[in-house]
Amino acid sequence: MNASIAGALLLIGRKLLTAFAQLLVVATLIFSVMYIMPGDPVLLLLGAESNPSPEAVASMRSQLGLDQLVLSQYFTWLWNALHLDFGNSLTNGYPVSSYVLANLPRTLELAFAAIIIATLIGVPLGIAAALKRGSMRDTVLTSIATIGISVPVYILGTLLVLIFSIKLGWLPASGYTDISRNLVEHFRKLALPALALGFGLAASIARMTRSSMLEILGRDFVRALRAKGMPERRIIWQHVLRNAAIPIVTIIGLQLGNLMGGTVLVEAMFNWPGLSTLLVGAVSARNYPLVQGAMLAIAALFIVINLAVELFYSLLDPRIRRKRS
Amino acid sequence: MLEVRNLSIAFGTSTGLKPAVCGIDFDIKPGEILGLVGESGSGKTITSLGVMGLLPPNAVVTGGEVLVDGVDMLKRSPAELRKLRGRHVSMIFQDPMASLDPIYTCGDQIVEAILLHEPIGKTAARKKALELLEKVRIPDPERTMRSYPHELSGGQCQRVMIAMAVSCKPRIIIADEPTTALDVTVQKQVLDLLRGLNQEVGAAILLITHDLGVIYEVADRVVVMYAGKKMEEATTQNLFANPKSDYAKALIDSMPALGCKHARLPVIERDAAGNVRSVRPEPCVRSARAGPVPEDANGVPLLELKDLCKSYWVKPSPLSAPVEMRAVDKVSFAIAPRTTLGLVGESGCGKTTLSRAVMRLSTPDSGQILFKGTDIAKLSESAMQPFRREIAMVFQNPYGSLNPRQTVADLVAAPMVIVGEGTSAERSKRVAYLLDAVGLPKAAASRYPHEFSGGQRQRIAVARALALKPSLVICDEAVSALDVSVQAQVLNLLKDLQLEFDLTYLFISHDLSVVEHVSDTVAVMQKGRIVEYGPADDIFAAPKDAYTRMLLDAVPIIGVDRAARRAQ
Repeated sequence: MNASIAGALLLIGRKLLTAFAQLLVVATLIFSVMYIMPGDPVLLLLGAESNPSPEAVASMRSQLGLDQLVLSQYFTWLWNALHLDFGNSLTNGYPVSSYVLANLPRTLELAFAAIIIATLIGVPLGIAAALKRGSMRDTVLTSIATIGISVPVYILGTLLVLIFSIKLGWLPASGYTDISRNLVEHFRKLALPALALGFGLAASIARMTRSSMLEILGRDFVRALRAKGMPERRIIWQHVLRNAAIPIVTIIGLQLGNLMGGTVLVEAMFNWPGLSTLLVGAVSARNYPLVQGAMLAIAALFIVINLAVELFYSLLDPRIRRKRS
Repeated sequence: MLEVRNLSIAFGTSTGLKPAVCGIDFDIKPGEILGLVGESGSGKTITSLGVMGLLPPNAVVTGGEVLVDGVDMLKRSPAELRKLRGRHVSMIFQDPMASLDPIYTCGDQIVEAILLHEPIGKTAARKKALELLEKVRIPDPERTMRSYPHELSGGQCQRVMIAMAVSCKPRIIIADEPTTALDVTVQKQVLDLLRGLNQEVGAAILLITHDLGVIYEVADRVVVMYAGKKMEEATTQNLFANPKSDYAKALIDSMPALGCKHARLPVIERDAAGNVRSVRPEPCVRSARAGPVPEDANGVPLLELKDLCKSYWVKPSPLSAPVEMRAVDKVSFAIAPRTTLGLVGESGCGKTTLSRAVMRLSTPDSGQILFKGTDIAKLSESAMQPFRREIAMVFQNPYGSLNPRQTVADLVAAPMVIVGEGTSAERSKRVAYLLDAVGLPKAAASRYPHEFSGGQRQRIAVARALALKPSLVICDEAVSALDVSVQAQVLNLLKDLQLEFDLTYLFISHDLSVVEHVSDTVAVMQKGRIVEYGPADDIFAAPKDAYTRMLLDAVPIIGVDRAARRAQ
């Protein structure tokens, strides 16, 4: 028993180490992309049209630390980033970390709300379709899922706004209210963007659930469970679903990770002040420290979520727990 | 106790109902073991699933009744049926590893089965599960309770399945090919266990198998099925001593049995009227020979292994240092040209690792592989090229080893295309020649693998192996996935081709009777080592090694008993 606990710890340790290495690689990429990109942030900052004097440019350069060796800039940046210090915004001088920390929870909230909606819709639909394979119900559900995957999120979003806020007037069309100011209003404003994101994801979760369930339903042990005299409902919930869970959890985790940077359209459409909004604004303003900070935050969230999913696998499947370590 | 009356089952297809079982009758008395024997597709498994009420959705019962203690199972509601399952009638399946849920411990699964039918607490159920595991004589029952199925061997998993099947003292146990996936020695233990439990628990057993040897060992009475129909029902003694139906006769004939070696095996044929009979086909002598007979190179073996070693590094637990697992440990043997070496051993003994090393699909750690006198053990991939043509392989699973998207012509021509041999026209001529040699019609060339039966597919695989005129063919369990009568056909074919194409075979199998039938020399492998090696006749007549004797004793034998035969 001790050996298996030690094995589990070792597994977690190794995964953490891999995650850290991944983060380092991503950080390096982000740093170098910023460096390779055309356009001089100093000129941009001083206003290229005003033809700044070479002295002013030079003094700004040294102020930003851009006159140092690239390698030393890189290590300084990395070291600061490790301490959650991404420098200051070029436009107003506030620390980047304060922006990131303010916007990150909003994106996380939106993403989690969307994924919960997607799971609550997708998994039951997938199960329902799998249990009546080839029936009318299966065909209808599978077709809905296909349509759900293929409809772009902005069309779905527009439809939702048309129906729920313009026609029915139930929900606000866009905006954001802080949770501390008005709890109910906060969630009312969350509802439409989360639904718009969630529907599309629900479709692919439903498809994955269906195919994964069908695969497990065809396994020998399901027949053996029936031969034991186990009620069908218990076979489905206790045995089939848990065996089918790994690909489902994988796709949910992947989508959650993708949502970290993939909420751009929805955030823009519903005026939701999340990480993507921050990133888009920073890119168009060439606010390099802010871009780097926001990108690093998105990448870090993605890696953390993937790590969590992988660790969750081993809870689900003893074979991964004991064999792959 | 169980009476099956005139049971008919059909599969619903797009063209209407296709009968799978037609009017089967049999009954089982308490404490009896009834064998249900037949080849794949004969309807034996469907019959058993019909009895359990577990037919797949596309199968329907078209007539008859299944009476358990006088009550018709087919007329019960699904809920009533479910209560009977596991309690009155329980089942043991072919693949024990796949029949257990991989994500629950074995203990949990037995406890679950007990709690389904008995009103006792969890602690009491655990205690009972532990007793059951002791009863099925599993080593270390405590640990087995905590183990997941993948941590146990196939034999241990089957014991867990049996423990589960007897947990609620069922009246009838249906065992569907319970030992087919297991090694002979494990098979013997499981059969002994089943027979012991049958006497102890008093349950009747319906034993379904394609293996006549297993039937002979344990069954009291036998029902022989063919194409959904009952061919014969007799006591075991009577069936083997004096089979009445032509099919039963043919089936018994076509089985290669230990101790009686024929030049050729009889095969089962159907005549135009649909009657079956056993024929012993003449060797097919063909006018056109493949080429001039190569001269014997003064007794130099075609293939010789000297102290071949191949290890894997495995970690017994996550924290321990990797330890060396010698899959092939100082193996030496030689195969003379145009002879067959049979390599036998149980699963995990290193047979396949050895064949992969000889094919140079992996590089051996040390030792020599002398092929026609050249050591190929350490040759580079490019230096290996000319030898690749000389060595071909036929795999176990004819369903998995043929690409389903290619036509037979493409499949057979593939090796020639890879080495860039001949023009397209020459290649199709060779394909036609090879298909003819393995006994397939010309029209086969343009068809796809799924249009062929298992035996025909194995013929395609053999034709492909011969495409480059190899001198050594490695058959890795080449007939293990086939029915006895089909197996007989393929074995006969391999013998014919050996003469015609001057082939040398390395024939790998776990089946001792097949190996005895085909081999000139035999090597017995255990845990990576060759424990016994010599002429086939000597080894089967007087095995010297204890392991060889154990293997031979574990094989169920029909008819005469072994001691008497050995005395002859």
